[in-house]
Amino acid sequence: MVSTAVTLSGLTLDNPVIPASGTFGFGYEFAQWYDINCLGAISVKGTTREPRFGNPAPRIAETPGGMLNAVGLQNPGIEKVLSEELPRLRQVYHKPILANISGFSLDEYVTCCAKADASPHTDLIEVNVSCPNVHHGGMSFGTDPRMVYDVTQAVKEVCQKPVYIKLSPNVTDIVAIAKACADGGADGLSLINTLMGMRIDLKKRAPILANTTGGLSGPAIFPVALRMVWQVYEEVGLPIIGMGGIQSAQDVIEMMLAGATAVQVGAANLVNPYACQEIIQTLPACMEQLGIHDLKEIIGGAH
Amino acid sequence: MKRGMFTVSANQQLAPATFRMTLTGDTSAITAPGQFVNIALTGKFLRRPISVCDWGEGSLTIIYKVVGQGTEQMSRMVPGETLDLLTGLGNGYDLDKSGDKPLLIGGGAGVPPLYALAKHLLAQGKHPQVILGFNQGQECFLVQEFQDLGVPVTVATADGSRGVRGFVTDAMPAGGYTYLYTCGPEAMLRAIDGKAATSGQFSFEERMGCGFGACMGCTCKTKYGNKRICREGPVLEREEIIW
Repeated sequence: MVSTAVTLSGLTLDNPVIPASGTFGFGYEFAQWYDINCLGAISVKGTTREPRFGNPAPRIAETPGGMLNAVGLQNPGIEKVLSEELPRLRQVYHKPILANISGFSLDEYVTCCAKADASPHTDLIEVNVSCPNVHHGGMSFGTDPRMVYDVTQAVKEVCQKPVYIKLSPNVTDIVAIAKACADGGADGLSLINTLMGMRIDLKKRAPILANTTGGLSGPAIFPVALRMVWQVYEEVGLPIIGMGGIQSAQDVIEMMLAGATAVQVGAANLVNPYACQEIIQTLPACMEQLGIHDLKEIIGGAH
Repeated sequence: MKRGMFTVSANQQLAPATFRMTLTGDTSAITAPGQFVNIALTGKFLRRPISVCDWGEGSLTIIYKVVGQGTEQMSRMVPGETLDLLTGLGNGYDLDKSGDKPLLIGGGAGVPPLYALAKHLLAQGKHPQVILGFNQGQECFLVQEFQDLGVPVTVATADGSRGVRGFVTDAMPAGGYTYLYTCGPEAMLRAIDGKAATSGQFSFEERMGCGFGACMGCTCKTKYGNKRICREGPVLEREEIIW
């Protein structure tokens, strides 16, 4: 009998597998495929103060080993998320929920995080300072250590629940950004959001995405994510939720060996709706094969 | 919605770059004509969404055009090979609104889903008529199959090499039908909307991530609010469409 439970800032998860924000809707959609209570937790769709339609279509392009998306934070706004979407998810799901908050100003981050924190349905606040698909928001906060520090500190002042900052890989020094989060009082880090990329339609001689650029996800980015989790684990003493191209129980273990306490599974959910369930089901056998009895003990084990 | 393994039982070329594939497997999730399947292909990250042309218990048919590497890969598959499909995706056409004499208009790769629609309308005792549009005569497919159902079929080709010269709108009657069902390129749908005498349902196409409502990759604006082409679509009511 192996133990898959992990703890994120006092929040215990049955297993480390969390579907990533933006790839799992508000969760209840997936309850039609399987019992989502097998999940460690759910990170719900990124939410802003106002409802957002997002970017024009096309929003999706395929790449070798992955995909680009430029959805642009489509969401019904924080009020509706808290009053309708999360209660609807709670009808079918009783495990932890990570609220994922985005913003276009410091004030918006503070307002939304405070509201999400006050909701009885949320367990952890994940602050997205790394969306590559919106202008003058998201990623512009996450690429400047000073601004990341300001957002973290301001959000921490209004939140009782653990605050995790979700960082962009589109920076030259991920460690400097991670340290700014730690200095600002973050409880943990989510690493990594998507990598900025683009594709061109050869016949039209124009970008495929209406937004020109999008965020790259899928197995193609796994080594990049792993490297960043490794670097941050070495230098910053905060728990890390590792993500980027995870598709299997082996990937989960590899990411944890690099320093992640838990993981998120993103693009894999979109091509296989059972991805998270299958990873969770195969994890114990994979652990036994590798002689792992308690998953907690391997965190950072490759350092 | 269901995920299942299907076995290719036939895969034949119908017209230049157009193939018909028949697959055997569990089709119980398919509930309406106009729904689609999402096909996983070896070496490709995203699935390929393709509308269902016809289905029965234990088997379904798709007709697809080779437009890229994924569909090219499909065109080389032989009977006995297997594919991982998500089935029963999308809303499909609502048959209850058809009236007695609905008009079905399909253009190019938009023709296939109208075949199952015509069959189901006939099964309800209704009298559908069909207009099929293609670029040229040699690209035509399914014409005989529609005729075999006993449905009046008008063909329009852009170059006039078969049937009416011009677009499907050139073959559209001014009236005499009770409802409209259509599927095809957006420019065609828009032109049909400009000439339609009745209400109707229009099936749209968009680049998709998942095909089952998770990623918000295919959202469009409608007069009734935001809709995901893969979930609340691909079929939209004429009254709600924002052109």
